[in-house]
Amino acid sequence: MPKKGKQAQVQVLLNWIGPFIGLILVLVIFASMPEIQDRFLRIANLKSVATQSVIVALGALGMTLIIISGGIDLSAASNIALASVTTAYAINAGVSLPLAILIGILTGGLVGLVNGFLITKLRLVPFIVTLGMLGIARGIAKWIAKNQKIDAPLTWINDLMSSTPRPPWLLLAPGVWVLIIFAILMAVVLRYTVFGRHVFAIGSNEATARLCGIRINRTKAAIYGIAGLFCGMSGVMQFSRLTVGDPTVAVGLELDIIAAVVIGGGSLSGGSGSILGSMIGVFIMAFLRNGSNMMGWPNYIQEIIIGGIIVIAVALDQIRHRKG
Amino acid sequence: MESQSSFTSLLLMKDISKSFGSTQALDRVTFDLQEGEVHALIGENGAGKSTLVKILSGALRQDAGDITFAGLPFSPSNPLDSRNTGISMIYQELNLAPHLTVEENIMLGKEIKSGPFLRKKEMRRAAQNALEMVNHSDIPLDTPIKELSVGIKQIVEIARALVDKAKILIMDEPTSSLSLEDSEILFKIIRDLKKQGVSIIYISHFLEEIKKVADRYTVLRDGKKIHTGTIQDESLENIIQLMVGQKLTKMFPRTQHEIKEVSLSLTGLRGRKMTADIDLHLHKGEILGFAGLVGAGRTDVLRTIFGLEPVLKGEIKVGYLSSLKSAPWSRIKQGMGYLSEDRQKEGLALNLSIADNIALSHFEPYRSIGFLNLKKYKKSIDNFLRTLNIKTPGSDQPVLCLSGGNQQKVALARLLHQQADILLLDEPTRGIDVLSKTQIYEWIGELASLGKSVIFVSAYLPELLGVCDNIAVFHRGKLISLRPVDHWDAHGIMTAATLGRTSKGKYSGTQNHA
Repeated sequence: MPKKGKQAQVQVLLNWIGPFIGLILVLVIFASMPEIQDRFLRIANLKSVATQSVIVALGALGMTLIIISGGIDLSAASNIALASVTTAYAINAGVSLPLAILIGILTGGLVGLVNGFLITKLRLVPFIVTLGMLGIARGIAKWIAKNQKIDAPLTWINDLMSSTPRPPWLLLAPGVWVLIIFAILMAVVLRYTVFGRHVFAIGSNEATARLCGIRINRTKAAIYGIAGLFCGMSGVMQFSRLTVGDPTVAVGLELDIIAAVVIGGGSLSGGSGSILGSMIGVFIMAFLRNGSNMMGWPNYIQEIIIGGIIVIAVALDQIRHRKG
Repeated sequence: MESQSSFTSLLLMKDISKSFGSTQALDRVTFDLQEGEVHALIGENGAGKSTLVKILSGALRQDAGDITFAGLPFSPSNPLDSRNTGISMIYQELNLAPHLTVEENIMLGKEIKSGPFLRKKEMRRAAQNALEMVNHSDIPLDTPIKELSVGIKQIVEIARALVDKAKILIMDEPTSSLSLEDSEILFKIIRDLKKQGVSIIYISHFLEEIKKVADRYTVLRDGKKIHTGTIQDESLENIIQLMVGQKLTKMFPRTQHEIKEVSLSLTGLRGRKMTADIDLHLHKGEILGFAGLVGAGRTDVLRTIFGLEPVLKGEIKVGYLSSLKSAPWSRIKQGMGYLSEDRQKEGLALNLSIADNIALSHFEPYRSIGFLNLKKYKKSIDNFLRTLNIKTPGSDQPVLCLSGGNQQKVALARLLHQQADILLLDEPTRGIDVLSKTQIYEWIGELASLGKSVIFVSAYLPELLGVCDNIAVFHRGKLISLRPVDHWDAHGIMTAATLGRTSKGKYSGTQNHA
C-alpha cells in the first residue's frame, strides 16, 4: 500500500523532533531538581557545557558524514590524540602557531585519507580498517611523544577552549564558534551540494550509486578525509584544553562520538542522519554528564544512564521506521 | 476437459472485504478452490490478489466475510496458524537460510525430536520424502542452499511446504526469477502435486504460463471479482480485457522510427561469463532486443558495456570514439544509461526520495556555483513526473512508497532525465502490471523516434517481438544470431535460446541488419 504523503511528512518531522524532545527532556529534568535548579540553567554552566562539547562535536561532524555513507570510524579518538600530539610537537619545534594548528589538522586529515584509501582500494570493511587504525594512530602518537606527555608553552592556542574568552565580546569560547561555523557549513554541504546527495546515495544503496555514475572511491576517500580533518581540529582543541600533547587522551571517545550520531538519528546501516541531529545527540550526552556531576551522582550512574539512552534512542528510531 | 463436479470443494472464501484507510483493497470477493485444482488469480498490480492470499495465509485479517476450509470455518490469526492447517505460501523472494543445507532448510521449524535430541534418521527420511513428492529426490540433502540455482531453491521451498502436509499451496509469481527450463520443471511439479490432491493458488503476470498450468482462473480488478471461469474456454485477449477493463487498442504500440548511423559497436568483445567474442553494432533509432535464457549472458553483455564488469578483451566504440574509459561514471558522460534488472537491490535507492532517485545521475541542471537550487530542482522534477504521467504522493517521498510498476517507471525515468542516448534496459517490464508495461513500451518507441538507441533485454518473447527492430539471441554466454525482427518468431527464438542453433535461414553469429 502506498503511504500517504502527509503521513510521511509527519514522519520526517518526527525523525527530526525526536532527538530534540530528548534534549528538552534532559534539560527539564535537571532544571527541576531542587538541589541544582539554581545553577544548572545558568549562563556560565551552559557556556562551560558548550565548551566541553566542542571536542566530541567536531568529531561528530565528520562521523555523521561517515555514518550516513554507511561506514564507521573507530579510529576517531586515536586520531584526535595523535593530532594533539603533533600540534604540541610542532610548537616545540618552533614553527609559527597558525602553522602548528594546520599541522595538527592535516595530521587528522592524513589519517582519514589513509582510512579512505584502505577501504576503497583494498576493499576492506570500514570497521576492520578503522579498528586497525585505532591502534596504529594511537601507537604513532605515543611514539612521537616518546610515551609521555609533550609539554608546550602557553600561547593563545590555549585560549581557544576558554569559556571566558578574550576579547569578552566573543561571549563563547572561540572553539565553540569554530564548531558553530563548521556545523552550519557541513549541514549546508549535506543538503545543498551534489556531494551531499552522493553521500546519502552511497549509504542508501551503493550499487545504485555506482550505476548512477557516482565515483564511489573518490567520494569515500573525500568523506574519510574530511572526517579526518575534523578529528584533527578536535585534536587541536584537545591540546588547547590540556595545554599538553597527550597521546593517551580521549581513549574510548570514538564511542561517544558514534553514540551522539546515532542518538541524533544516524543509522549504522547508512542512508540517514543529520548534522543537527548529531549536535543534539552531543548535547544530550553533555548535559547528562554535567547534570549528573552537579547532582554528585557517581560516575557509574552516568555510564548506565547514557548507555540506556543510546539503546532507547535507537529502539524508538526502529519503532518509528517499522510503523512507516 | 474435466468437469467441475469431479472436484470436491476444499476452500471457500465468501464475500471477503478489506480496506486500508480509505482504500478498498477487497470488495466482497468470493473465491473457491477445489481439491487438486490449480486456480489462477489474475489482475494488475494493486488489483487485490496479494491482499486476498495474505488473508488466507494469515498475514492479514479480513474486515468482513467468512472462510470455510475443508467444511469447517477457518479464521487464521497468523501465518503459523495457516501453515499448521495446511495452507502454505511460496514466497516470491525466496525464504531460505543460505548457509544451511537442503535438509536443514526443509526441516527448519519441523524438527523431529525425542526430548532435546534430534532424531536425525527420521528427519532425513522426511526430507527425502518431501523431495520425492516433487519428483526431485536427486537434489543432494547435504548441499548448502547458497550453492544451488534459483530454480532448485524454489523446488526446495515447495518441498518444505509439503513437509507441513500442505493441502493448499499459494504461489506468488513463482516463475518471475526462473529460467524457462526451470519454469517447465516447476510446471511439471505442479501437475504432479495436483495428482496427489494438492490444490494450488497461482498468481502470475504471465498469461501464457497460466494457460499452461491452471484449471480455472479468477480475475480481480480494483478489489472486485470480475470473473471466474475455466481457462481452456478463454482467449488470452479476453482475459487481458477483463484485467484491464478498457479496450486495449494495442498491446505493443509501435512508434514510427528510422534506423540511422552506428551509435555503439562492439568488436571482439569478451567479458566475464561470456564464452565467445561478440561483434555487434547498435544504431541510432534502433531498438535491439536481447533474448535468451536466464544466465545466457544477456545481462553480462550489458554490464560489460556499461563498465560494471571488466572488459577482458576487445573494444567498445561509442559513436566513432574508441578507447574510452569503461566505468559507469564515464559511460554516463558518454551518453549511456543502464536500467538494472534488480530494481530493489541495485536499480533504486529505496529509502531515498523519488526526486533524488531520478536526478542522481544528473544533478547538473540544478547546480550553480557548487550549490543545488532546491526550488528549481523540486519544480522541474515535479514537472518531469507529470509529463511522464507517473503518479506519486510527492516527489520528496521515498521510492519505497510506490507500487512496483511506478518504481520501475522511476528507475527508467532516471535515464530519460539524464537524456541518455544509448539506453541499456535489463528486463524493464519484469513483474509490473499491464498498463505500466504498455507505458514503458511507448516510451521506448518514442526514444527510438528521437534517434536514441535502445538495447532491450527480456525473457518475455511477445514483447521482444512486438517492440524491437532487431533481436539477438544468446545461448550459454554466446551470441547465436542477430536478425531483423520479421525474420524471427517465438519458436525460432526459443530454438536458438535453448539449443544454441538457429532453426531457419543461414544467419550466423554476427551482424545481419536489414
